[in-house]
Amino acid sequence: MELVSQLVLIAVSAAIINNFVLHYFVGICPFLGVSRRVDMAFGMGCAVTFVISVAALLSWLCTEYILRPGAPLTSWLTGNPEADLSILNYIVYIFVIASSVQLVEMYLRKFFPPLYKSFGVFLPLITTNCAILFACLEIMKHVSIGAGAGAWGGGGGEKWGLAAAMVLAIAGGVGFTIAIVIMAGIREDLDHCDVPKPLQGAGITLLVAGILALAFMGFSGVDSNLKKAISPQDPPAATATTPGDPTEGDPSP
Amino acid sequence: MANDGPAPLERFLNGILPENPVYRQLLGMCPTLAVTGNMKAAMTMSAAVMFVMICANLITSSIRHLLKPHLRILVFVLTIATFVTIADRVLAAYLYQMSKELGPYIPLIIVNCIIICRCEVCASRQGLGAAAFDAVGQSIGFALALASIATVREILGAGTWFGITLLSESWWPVWGIMVLPPGAFITLGFLLGGVNWLSMPRGKKSAGCGVR
Repeated sequence: MELVSQLVLIAVSAAIINNFVLHYFVGICPFLGVSRRVDMAFGMGCAVTFVISVAALLSWLCTEYILRPGAPLTSWLTGNPEADLSILNYIVYIFVIASSVQLVEMYLRKFFPPLYKSFGVFLPLITTNCAILFACLEIMKHVSIGAGAGAWGGGGGEKWGLAAAMVLAIAGGVGFTIAIVIMAGIREDLDHCDVPKPLQGAGITLLVAGILALAFMGFSGVDSNLKKAISPQDPPAATATTPGDPTEGDPSP
Repeated sequence: MANDGPAPLERFLNGILPENPVYRQLLGMCPTLAVTGNMKAAMTMSAAVMFVMICANLITSSIRHLLKPHLRILVFVLTIATFVTIADRVLAAYLYQMSKELGPYIPLIIVNCIIICRCEVCASRQGLGAAAFDAVGQSIGFALALASIATVREILGAGTWFGITLLSESWWPVWGIMVLPPGAFITLGFLLGGVNWLSMPRGKKSAGCGVR
């Protein structure tokens, strides 16, 4: 129960409340560049979601077993239980991302040539998509928490397992897809509008993104209410707020 | 050898306005939007980007004859990741508060398109001098762009500039939205429109050449 509520919170928070694009500003380049048509935007979103999941899986494994302070594999190899390779974090992550993009590219080219053709140049460009590295970094922050040696402190909360990391990655990818598809829908309609010349292109896109971000800010309270609703440690509040809760509404401590 | 690109000084000047990374090429949008809530963060970010860009450009330029076409981008990214790790550790050691505030955006410099773009366009084709001038010019252009956005956002959103109170709370109701995410998008949108509008009468095309 504890795990499920944690996962639901992570998913809702990553996909909607703290949307990767509209709250953390990661993945802005494809958000501006590939949001001209809905079908292309959706394809990009799917590709990013897929790569993000592969990269998150690999980077979680690397962090947990090799990179974090006191990681089992490193300690066993060096004979030093305090071994800490976290200085290599960024290099390993970027390597993992580049390889998973390469892997996805080869797989698609072999088994789904039409899909591969339709992605075209976007696939290699995903390597430099900030959203993926951002997901890896979030995971790193939460995996190396136990030892307290994250590269930048590390926030509160408990250590994440593989499930939490995967949920964050997939929900983040879904959030990216939601944002880019909404944007593409609006931009298709914008084609018929009389936009002032200096604002055409990126300018109006950014303004629309601002309004979208404003709309997504409306979700910001959902986080704490949902926590109250599904948190097992807080039975009185939970019973009070369960009616409006669509997910795990039953608190069983 | 193949010194066919623009001269070092031209590279330097190009970076500041004609090929400004943010307003002209639309590159490196993540930090541009994310860390411009106040001037201090924006300037720290610019300094980190400048350090990484100069080092990465110099390294790339000195190994440009060894680069294989299909491994090019990977080499760039790994070079950049090394210097970003250095910058991150230095910030965490000497400016801990700022490093916490910038959070994931320092490591995200690795995938900042500006640096990869400069490695690709300039450093992998030209000598050390041109690469160094290019890096300095581009990062000054980046710093100016960040400063312009941060100035608008901090003054309107908090009434301060570099922490100095400019607009007193007594007669200026702060626009809290400007330091929040929507303010970043809206400010950059309007500034981009403004820059395009200013450069239109001179016959320059408002080109978004860097949009990918």
